[in-house]
Amino acid sequence: MSRSHRSVIPGFGLSLGLTITYLSLIVLLPLSAAFIKTSGLTWEEFKTAVFSPRVLASYRISFLASLAAASLNCVFGLVVAWVLVRYPFPGRRVVDALVDLPFALPTAVAGIALTALYAPNGWIGQLFEPYGIKIAFTEIGIFIALTFIGLPFVVRTLQPIIEELEPEFEEASASLGANRWQTISRVIFPQLLPALITGFAMAFARALGEYGSVVFISGNMPMRTEITPLLIITKLEQYDYAGATAIAVVMLIASFALLLIINLLQKWSRRHHAV
Amino acid sequence: MSIIARNITKTFGAYTALNDVSLDVPEGKLVALLGPSGSGKTTLLRIIAGLEFSNPGSGRIDFHGTDVTDIPAGKRGVGFVFQHYALFRHMTVAENIAFGLTVQPRRERQSTEKIQARVKELLKLIQLDDLGARYPAQLSGGQRQRVALARALAVQPKVLLLDEPFGALDARVRKELRRWLRHFQREIGITTVFVTHDQEEALELADQVVVMNNAKIEQVGTPQEVYDQPASPFVIEFLGNVNRFAALGHPLPGAGPDVIYVRPHDVDIQRHYEGEHGVRVRVQHVFSAGNYGRVALVRLDNGDTVDAELSRVRLTELGLAAGDEAFVVFRHIRLFPSGAFAERDVADGDSTPALVDAGKGI
Amino acid sequence: MASTVSSLSRSSGSVVRPLATRDATWVRYMLTAAALGFLALFLLLPLVAVFAEALRRGLGAYFEALKDPDGMHALKLTLITAALAVPANLVFGVAAAWCIAKFTFPGKSVLITLIDLPFAVSPVISGLIYVLIFGAQGWYGHYLNAEAPWFPALQAWLIEQDFKIIFAVPGIVLATVFVTFPFVARELIPLMQQQGNDEEYAAITLGANGWQTFWKVTLPNIKWGLFYGVILCNARAMGEFGAVSVVSGHIRGETNTLPLHVEILYNEYQFVGAFAAASVLALLALVTLVLKSLVEWAHARRHA
Repeated sequence: MSRSHRSVIPGFGLSLGLTITYLSLIVLLPLSAAFIKTSGLTWEEFKTAVFSPRVLASYRISFLASLAAASLNCVFGLVVAWVLVRYPFPGRRVVDALVDLPFALPTAVAGIALTALYAPNGWIGQLFEPYGIKIAFTEIGIFIALTFIGLPFVVRTLQPIIEELEPEFEEASASLGANRWQTISRVIFPQLLPALITGFAMAFARALGEYGSVVFISGNMPMRTEITPLLIITKLEQYDYAGATAIAVVMLIASFALLLIINLLQKWSRRHHAV
Repeated sequence: MSIIARNITKTFGAYTALNDVSLDVPEGKLVALLGPSGSGKTTLLRIIAGLEFSNPGSGRIDFHGTDVTDIPAGKRGVGFVFQHYALFRHMTVAENIAFGLTVQPRRERQSTEKIQARVKELLKLIQLDDLGARYPAQLSGGQRQRVALARALAVQPKVLLLDEPFGALDARVRKELRRWLRHFQREIGITTVFVTHDQEEALELADQVVVMNNAKIEQVGTPQEVYDQPASPFVIEFLGNVNRFAALGHPLPGAGPDVIYVRPHDVDIQRHYEGEHGVRVRVQHVFSAGNYGRVALVRLDNGDTVDAELSRVRLTELGLAAGDEAFVVFRHIRLFPSGAFAERDVADGDSTPALVDAGKGI
Repeated sequence: MASTVSSLSRSSGSVVRPLATRDATWVRYMLTAAALGFLALFLLLPLVAVFAEALRRGLGAYFEALKDPDGMHALKLTLITAALAVPANLVFGVAAAWCIAKFTFPGKSVLITLIDLPFAVSPVISGLIYVLIFGAQGWYGHYLNAEAPWFPALQAWLIEQDFKIIFAVPGIVLATVFVTFPFVARELIPLMQQQGNDEEYAAITLGANGWQTFWKVTLPNIKWGLFYGVILCNARAMGEFGAVSVVSGHIRGETNTLPLHVEILYNEYQFVGAFAAASVLALLALVTLVLKSLVEWAHARRHA
């Protein structure tokens, strides 16, 4: 190594070598297998696999339920983050810790718990049953499971930003004669917006791929409540590896696009915040 | 132990931090690397320490005649004090100081008792005898600074290098520590180089001041020399306040109009003046709070502002008020042709740079 | 992705705010009620439901259900899986954070993004890709059936041992390693970047070598972040369902992890058994949350 590239801190070759080897073996090589497998299909085969009516219906339900769940999380995530940072109340630390429950609780556990709650004879389900409203085993059930899964993403993205909000902005706004609502909507909210969008995108991305918490509560009816990840499993169980992989590739491309958007959003958010 | 740096060039991408810089630090001296940020002073210090390396093929560092250019930092025998101290957060003060002794190879390592004794001795030296069990977070800035120094000294380095040692301290602590460092360096006689952007600090503390600008060394000399015989307009402007005027006559061949520099304390104010060197001025403002009086004046001939510093006794004697007219006489002026200043001897046939008697060339 | 979601870098604790930044009392009460109501409905209630359902037939039935040998085996497999996956990702996470935080090199930001990839992949797909490689129809299957394979001795040995990866423990571990891949690295990279290199430089000028610098200076400084990453990694490793479900084959008493065991019991309408097993996982989740809060608290105290 030439002298100008020499670093005083040792271990560059070892750590980078280990990182790249491990990353390649565990992540890159297996992921590429999906693309290689799919590249063996003809265009017609691929089209049939990923655009058949049943698959299209699964995209639709996955997309819409994820969108609705992420939107609801935006509203309540904002309220929860605001309350946790700004309003001290007894037990705040416990509540703050509880927000991470969806990360810590295995998705299968969340799935059966939610199903038990929202089934027609469950604690919540029986409240709606007399009105003919079914929650579990319908689209609403999927929406509820995805809301559960996505909540921490929005709260944890917003929380640090709210913590770092300089009181000077609010004071300046108040001193210029703005009322509290004007201050919130025109001074505070715009500062939170990039983080809110980032949190939304993360919750949405997670919801699209979610499987464990949804599979119990959704009822899994083809064309109605069958989400895309479940369809992949169904195809696998029928030994339709090529079909399953083709759908997986569509989902992977969507996920990577979302990951790219989230990265750009975070960069934007950071820059926005630094000003 | 003397330090010699020869032809050091260091670039970071397109940015040149050091451009063919050479420097001699004599044994036992306390040397200041002084310059604005971005002048390359910290890079030079880190290259001396072995924390950075000069560009391939350029430069050489000798410690007492031995080439250390390719010797890693840990083997050079340097004590380095970092700008923000870099104390190990998770170790106590005593553990911090002992660190360098405890990481030596087992066969060279001293016994635990010896290390303990050495730590005790150093704690005494930095006057923190009772704080060995504290963590860095529990110390004041000045105390942390001294711990960082003790940690660097524990391994008995041959050279002590300090990066902006007082930069993060408040004014009072800074003064105190400065005096303490001066005293202490004299006592143990270790060759010491420190980086600073504070001219007062450099002039007060150092045996030798190295003024740096734009990846180059502008001047090397004793504090007296760099202050009284600045080699370039940069040096005179960087070391203290100075009045700057365009000279009216006296252009040198091949250069632009001369620039005249006068230190505020070389400006004498007189109510009435009969001689030929006086300049008529109007008083703009008198600042009389502080150690000495300062007067802001405007030249009546060309509208340039002139700052003057004089003793409070003299100020009271003059009884100046805003709007008064008076004369100023420049006791010493320095003259540089604007443009190619560095290479030229400016004064008329005089080889000492540009120290001209009062009145000439105005 | 989860980096922003759970990170030590965020401070906690609310400050007393000046009046101009205070909301009206009724607004505070209303918003607090809305937030707590929402959290109670969506987070607390499901948690309570797990324990309520598990205890529906009384404590006796609950403990009886816990003693199920298949369940015990599933628990054992879950613990083994975590014990293999977490250390692997721990070593990787430290190495990745070291080269990313301590050095500059081209392609660094691409590397950071690639480390995040597994978070963006659906768990089901995380399992699927290993089936494609190691399944009977996959590359590994082709290798076992090849006429003239590379390293024939290896092929013979694998066939003789009947060494299976998919629908066996190795596949479960691999899929778990994949889904928990980024946790430790994502926690350490920002932490080490933020701490800078000064302390390492100081150690090196004092004569420490690379390993001494790492063990004595770097590691103590990142230990909370490391622990935090390990906690999150472990929680996910023990709780992973989708990816493991694809590669496990659901063989009772053999390739069932605890979350898969929950599913099987539930689908067989053994609700008390399913919720009893789920309650064990829920307890692990609660322990995770407590540990996580303790680490955050310890970290905040050190950096106050």
